[in-house]
Amino acid sequence: MEKTIISVVGKDTTGIIARVCTYLADNKINILDISQTIVQGYFTMMMIVDTTNLAKPFAEMASDLESEGDALGVQIKCQREEIFEKMHRI
Amino acid sequence: MINMNEVLETNRMVEEETLDVRTITMGINLLECADRDLDVCCKKIYDKITSLARDLVAVGEDISREIGIPIVNKRVSITPISLVGGACCHTPADFVRIAQTLDAAAKEVGINFLGGYSAVVSKGMTRADELLIRSIPEAMRVTERICSSVNVGSTKTGINMDAVRLMGETIKATAEATRDNDSLGCGKLVVLCNAPDDNPFMAGAFHGVSEADAIINVGVSGPGVVHHVLKSIHGESFEVLCETIKKTAFKITRVGQYVAQEASRRLGIPFGIIDLSLAPTPAVGDSVADILCEIGLERAGAPGTTAALALLNDQVKKGGVMASSYVGGLSGAFIPVSEDQGMIDAVECGALTLEKLEAMTCVCSVGLDMIAIPGDTPATTISGIIADEAAIGMVNQKTTAVRIIPVIGKTVGDTVEFGGLLGYAPVMPVNPYSCEAFINRKGRIPAPIHSFKN
Repeated sequence: MEKTIISVVGKDTTGIIARVCTYLADNKINILDISQTIVQGYFTMMMIVDTTNLAKPFAEMASDLESEGDALGVQIKCQREEIFEKMHRI
Repeated sequence: MINMNEVLETNRMVEEETLDVRTITMGINLLECADRDLDVCCKKIYDKITSLARDLVAVGEDISREIGIPIVNKRVSITPISLVGGACCHTPADFVRIAQTLDAAAKEVGINFLGGYSAVVSKGMTRADELLIRSIPEAMRVTERICSSVNVGSTKTGINMDAVRLMGETIKATAEATRDNDSLGCGKLVVLCNAPDDNPFMAGAFHGVSEADAIINVGVSGPGVVHHVLKSIHGESFEVLCETIKKTAFKITRVGQYVAQEASRRLGIPFGIIDLSLAPTPAVGDSVADILCEIGLERAGAPGTTAALALLNDQVKKGGVMASSYVGGLSGAFIPVSEDQGMIDAVECGALTLEKLEAMTCVCSVGLDMIAIPGDTPATTISGIIADEAAIGMVNQKTTAVRIIPVIGKTVGDTVEFGGLLGYAPVMPVNPYSCEAFINRKGRIPAPIHSFKN
């Protein structure tokens, strides 16, 4: 399984999760876990997704989601889960 | 499972604290490119570099994109060219031909620096070594991306003072040859003692003869991250201070370890080492001097600086060693002046002198680095500075280096602009008393007594 972390940070607005999830469903990306909170008025969400069946290159998905984020006024980042595992676990 | 705080912490390190991986450096063995015919030798060198390193930049950019952490430099280090060109180079101009070939190969594969226009002459110089050293000024003038280094001593061999004398003259000649660019050629030329074979950092990188055919070495960085985390424990005990630096160094180094393993896998080239370094850049907030100030100094250079730096250097290693399977290279905090805004400020306000920097090099990597001095400094004085640094390295069994720029036409009070990663530097005063009679002695300084360990 190829796990990717998608993090979304920005001003809260309607439809952020809906729009991100639609993109993920369209691209055969399965959501494994979602956590979401509002910190000082800022929407903060982290998704752990499975990109094993993703048909396009990782970089293309990352830039697609960045554009979705721009349209919503939030910052969306896609990063391989391994980097966080390496950094934060012994 | 990864939690949100860990993701946000990593991303804050990148966005606000300038976390990056400083360099992926591919070491390439060029010994098999040696040939009696200069044209054939150049062709073999060009072909080997451009085929092995063809995908280096693209792979580096892919990894960076996928983990969301910048990988600033993609570079190549090669076998010291004095060994490769020995059979076909009969004049310094012949070696310059090879330098131009290397520069063309570096441009072709898209890397910003290629290191290894080098000679290792710790005990003696071969004819080829001397020709290469004499070619350095012209090579630095006609190339853009080539870095040159000369190893003039080691703990096992002592210091080759004939090479030290020649390097003083070579640095002056390189400054003259590149005077139109504020003597920038000297920013790509370093004189070392105890040079490691697997250093990924420029200008001293070369692929030593103890290495395999090709290897991936990674240099990590992160002074901004350490500085930021220390702010949160302001005034705490040394125990807390040291533990905090160690934990931070661990995280930073793990990024490097991951990048190195991924690059190695994707390029099909073995992983060599991680260089655990705090390498500053001219960017605000990416400064080793700022860390020293956060530890408790008003300015870098104040009394206590050497102790604070020793502590920092040691904790970075202790945290980093645990995070990486193989550690090598220079591994320690760098203290270049022109590439660190905090160091520049300290020099400009008079807190930091050349002599204090020399003391600091006893406890960290690497040496007197990116320091501008007056253009009329005698070659013998530059040799004296090199000899002092080499002696520190030789006696303390560590790598030391001198990358010093006698800026032609400039004097104390002037500022030199090198641009980009090399930054800018105030011209620093040099002790005016002569060491000419010392430097003009022939021969070498014997190896120290504690090198005889057998």
